[in-house]
Amino acid sequence: MQDKRRLLLKSVLGFTAMVAAVTVMPKLAMAKWSKAFDVESMDEALNDLYGSNELITDDRITFKIPEIAENGAVVPVSVKTDIPNVRTISIFADKNPQPLAASFKIPEGTEANISVRIRLGETMIVKAVVEADGKLYTTEKEVKVTIGGCGG
Amino acid sequence: MKVKAKMKKELVIVKVLAKHPMETGMRKDKKTDELIPAKYIQELICKHQDKVVFEANFGRAVSKNPYVAFSFKGGQPGDTLSLTWVDNTGETKAVEATIK
Repeated sequence: MQDKRRLLLKSVLGFTAMVAAVTVMPKLAMAKWSKAFDVESMDEALNDLYGSNELITDDRITFKIPEIAENGAVVPVSVKTDIPNVRTISIFADKNPQPLAASFKIPEGTEANISVRIRLGETMIVKAVVEADGKLYTTEKEVKVTIGGCGG
Repeated sequence: MKVKAKMKKELVIVKVLAKHPMETGMRKDKKTDELIPAKYIQELICKHQDKVVFEANFGRAVSKNPYVAFSFKGGQPGDTLSLTWVDNTGETKAVEATIK
């Protein structure tokens, strides 16, 4: 009797653990993508992503973005820097509904030099943020947008 | 997903063009006037011999059919790169590319 009850208990526990593992797993797989992408203020996004919003302006960052973007739906951006020990590079567009546009992890051996294309809803300041040695370096540019990138 | 990986001196220059609508979830269908559900790539990872050499996290502000370019050291012509993206709906795509 005792044995059967143990066995039942074991199988119930085992099953529960399995279900828990299956339901938790997708969340874990998605967890890397930060909630910083969902927030609507730049400071909040910085805090979510880095735990700090203290930015140091640094001219060692080469930030290429057109001054005038005729089509806000496709704005080419490239960020390059010779600051040592870069861990991540992020791009923020301050007037977009969610300011954080993209964030890149730069493992050792990978150049701190990336390109991407982003959308800008209107004329705004775009910031490149470089994380190196626990500090956040930044440079910014204003982009004049003729046709916004968010319309249907 | 189209991937070009080319050696330039000691660097492997990688250019990626992923085919994806990148719907923000804020755009309306012109015919029905209803919001088109969000569907956008959140993560794109590139591995070289099991080592992650690049990881991009995207928000809704990345353009349709995302393009990214990066470069890394330590690759050789003929080596294989494996790239994977995952979008917010869980859809995923993986391709391999050979370094030229």
